Amino acid sequence: MTRSYLPHTDADRRAMLAAIGVGSTQELFADVPAEVRLDRPLALPAAMAEPELARHMRALAARNASLDEYACFLGAGAYDHYVPSVVDHVIGRSEFYTAYTQYQPEISQGYLQALWEYQSMICEITGMEVANASLYDGGTAMAEAAMTACAATGRSEVVVARTVHPHYRAVLATYAVDRGVTVKEAPFADGTTDAEALGDLVGPATAAVIVQTPNFFGCLEDVAAAAGLAHSAGALLVAAADPVSLGVLEAPGALGADVVVGEGQPLGLSVSFGGPYLGFFATTEKLMRRMPGRIVGQTTDFEGTRGFVLTLQAREQHIRREKATSNICSNEALCALAAAVHLTAVGREGFREVAELCVKKARYACDSLTKLPGCRPAFGAPFFKEFAVRCAKPVAEINAALFSEKIIGGLDLGRYYPDLAGCMLMCVTEKRTRAEIDRLVRTVEAVL
Amino acid sequence: MRKAKALIFEMGQPGRRAIDLPACDVPAPDAADLIPDAFRRRTSAALPEVSQLELVRHYTALSQRNFGVDSGFYPLGSCTMKYNPKINEDACRMSGFAAIHPLQDEATVQGALELVAAMEGYLAEIAGMDAVTMQPAAGAHGELTGLKLIRAYHRHRGENRTKVIVPDSAHGTNPATAAVGGLETVEIKSHPDGAVDLEALRAAVGPDTAALMLTNPSTLGLFEKNIRAVAEIVHAAGGLLYYDGANANAIMGISRPGDMGFDVIHFNLHKTFSTPHGGGGPGSGPVGVKKELIPFLPVPVIAAEGGSYRLDYDRPLSIGKMQSFYGNFGVIVRAYAYILAMGPDGLRAASEDAVLNANYCLSRLKEKFHSPFARFCMHECVLTSKDQKPYGVRTLDIAKRLLDYGYHPPTIYFPLIVEEALMIEPTETESKETLDGFIAAMLRIADEAEEDAAKLKAAPATTVVGRLDEATAARKPVVRWKA
Repeated sequence: MTRSYLPHTDADRRAMLAAIGVGSTQELFADVPAEVRLDRPLALPAAMAEPELARHMRALAARNASLDEYACFLGAGAYDHYVPSVVDHVIGRSEFYTAYTQYQPEISQGYLQALWEYQSMICEITGMEVANASLYDGGTAMAEAAMTACAATGRSEVVVARTVHPHYRAVLATYAVDRGVTVKEAPFADGTTDAEALGDLVGPATAAVIVQTPNFFGCLEDVAAAAGLAHSAGALLVAAADPVSLGVLEAPGALGADVVVGEGQPLGLSVSFGGPYLGFFATTEKLMRRMPGRIVGQTTDFEGTRGFVLTLQAREQHIRREKATSNICSNEALCALAAAVHLTAVGREGFREVAELCVKKARYACDSLTKLPGCRPAFGAPFFKEFAVRCAKPVAEINAALFSEKIIGGLDLGRYYPDLAGCMLMCVTEKRTRAEIDRLVRTVEAVL
Repeated sequence: MRKAKALIFEMGQPGRRAIDLPACDVPAPDAADLIPDAFRRRTSAALPEVSQLELVRHYTALSQRNFGVDSGFYPLGSCTMKYNPKINEDACRMSGFAAIHPLQDEATVQGALELVAAMEGYLAEIAGMDAVTMQPAAGAHGELTGLKLIRAYHRHRGENRTKVIVPDSAHGTNPATAAVGGLETVEIKSHPDGAVDLEALRAAVGPDTAALMLTNPSTLGLFEKNIRAVAEIVHAAGGLLYYDGANANAIMGISRPGDMGFDVIHFNLHKTFSTPHGGGGPGSGPVGVKKELIPFLPVPVIAAEGGSYRLDYDRPLSIGKMQSFYGNFGVIVRAYAYILAMGPDGLRAASEDAVLNANYCLSRLKEKFHSPFARFCMHECVLTSKDQKPYGVRTLDIAKRLLDYGYHPPTIYFPLIVEEALMIEPTETESKETLDGFIAAMLRIADEAEEDAAKLKAAPATTVVGRLDEATAARKPVVRWKA
């Protein structure tokens, strides 16, 4: 068995048992009744020494097709953006990653300040007044926003666009079911939410209207119109946004959103098979005390020196127990730190430039693909970094050909929208090179 | 002299940058021409403008103003701040784990699916459960998943059970989770010996009981001796038993919740299985269930057929999805590496040493700090500073003074039912020398409380900031920088 993580020698154990006044460790377990004791070793693989473990982990990792080797045109909620080298170096500093929640602020000033700066940056990019210190991921952030809206309005119905990520809507449905919250889904036309149909669904019972922009199809939604509609019914507008897109797209806060949520993974986190990711949540000062999750606030010590603490804890589970605004305890602090470092790294100019590179490359890929016979745009709406094309051949067949050319192709939209079978959702980030895009187009051409 | 650290927004100069981006290598119009005017951003976000070295120095300076397990002893009760092995960090960063897309063709991620499936099996064995989902992102998220499973189970049987019984010693997340899950909390008082009061439990259960949520060992650091009787009472009333795995570090290989009578359990991988807490996440809160609850597990579940793995979404009774993808995979990789490094004997030894360390601290600290229970503790012990109170010293003062001695303080004022509580969890990865140093500091502080209480009230003296004004922070919240 391993000894490297367990420091005690037999002599240590004997000395400690003597100090306690017992003859063996077993005596310390006297309270565990015989009938609930496990009388055999756990049926688990025998311990591996570090060199064996390293070999085993490498072998398992090697059985996955990594995006370091394959050019990825798959997005749909997880994005292959470039992660600046400094991000992993900072979050790899063990003072950050081996820390606990900042319950003792005097020795956690570094983390508290970094999270406060993260909150500030999220407010800047979303155009909102306050942000929390993170939630689990985009889907849960959206579900929490819906619950916040219900609590704030005293209403129990939310209207969500069908163009919102299907997984987010699935999470919303799971969160809503036991809380008496009804979810209605608004249909789309030509890739964006059908404004008239949305208007018919929103009424005096509506707590929130939820849209995503760019939406699941990559198309830009009219946030201002949705906000106007929500507000005229006394409801809140919840907008889910791709944070990278906010380098070129208007901040939802400037368009009337009451809550802006989203998936923070594109800000410095690897795709990592779906997690850990980062849910961001920003809102208005008015809703601050209804916000779920941890919040860092600025204050001073008794000498007047600036410092930071976890604040507004009266909303939280360890104070209000059954009356808390949510049950969030651990969040995704280290991922929020990564996002702050990422946003610092790209900075004011780079934030816009990354977004511009995405738009340009996605446009080039879309134009090149849709020039091919047998491939046409699925929708006419403007898009950011994702777009859907309808192909004359099955998506699976195209993707198989792409895979043999070291390319991970797009998502078959038929998986989530049967009426869109045969449509492929493509994603082009700033990481994709012209050579990769051209190879994509040549390979698709050969299949069609 | 104490000094504030400059904000990142107070550094740098307009035009500076920390990373260069490649030039656009495709022919394309200006981005402004590709985004219709109505959608275009009017004012750029006021993000920092610093050079790469400024960035690195800023965050390095912040890290130096922060305390982690690698910095020193962290005996934070119920949080299990054990050592985070470095190879786990290497493993999760391997390209084949970090750079795989969650929607990739299943055939191209067989190694990842095999790893997650193996972890489900390992945790099921450790817990004595029949199946495990790795989807929940944290312990509280696991609790919510578990309660939803229980709710779905009852509903499927045509029963509408809406009450969750929670002992007054429970973690604060338990009642909060019940509320978030649309259930009502019924709190029961603990017996004076710290155990569940069986009479109070019998009086509380009924046809509306959905579940009892229990931590065993409890938040008092005590093993629930009557656990089988507790299980019988709850089951006889038609309710289910939920195990809060926050304290599972005491029982690996020694006792299994499934064998105690629990029907649903969550583990905190970031506690028991050595994955770092990250300053408050990411965590991971896998949930294990007995076979009756398997049909309700969140989608997708991993199905294995003929040596290959796939994600099964075709589960008509499923509670649905708990998060966007399949869980905090990067955390799962770390915990998997830990279980393989430890093996069955190592996991059991970890629990034994964790219990040994806690009892050692308890036996030595009892000399100066009051112990509310005359029993052996499990992996953590609860003391109170009741005896220091007459000198005008509160638990908070003791905690702050510990900072000056270079230790992270224990959990304080929890469990709520113990006056002036100090909850110490040393974990198995700490050496006797470390514990002796900590014990000496605690005993010294007890002496200081008698001799020089003012010193404790003014503590900490050595940290980068002094005691902070939390009341003003909450009354007049300043939660962001403004340009």
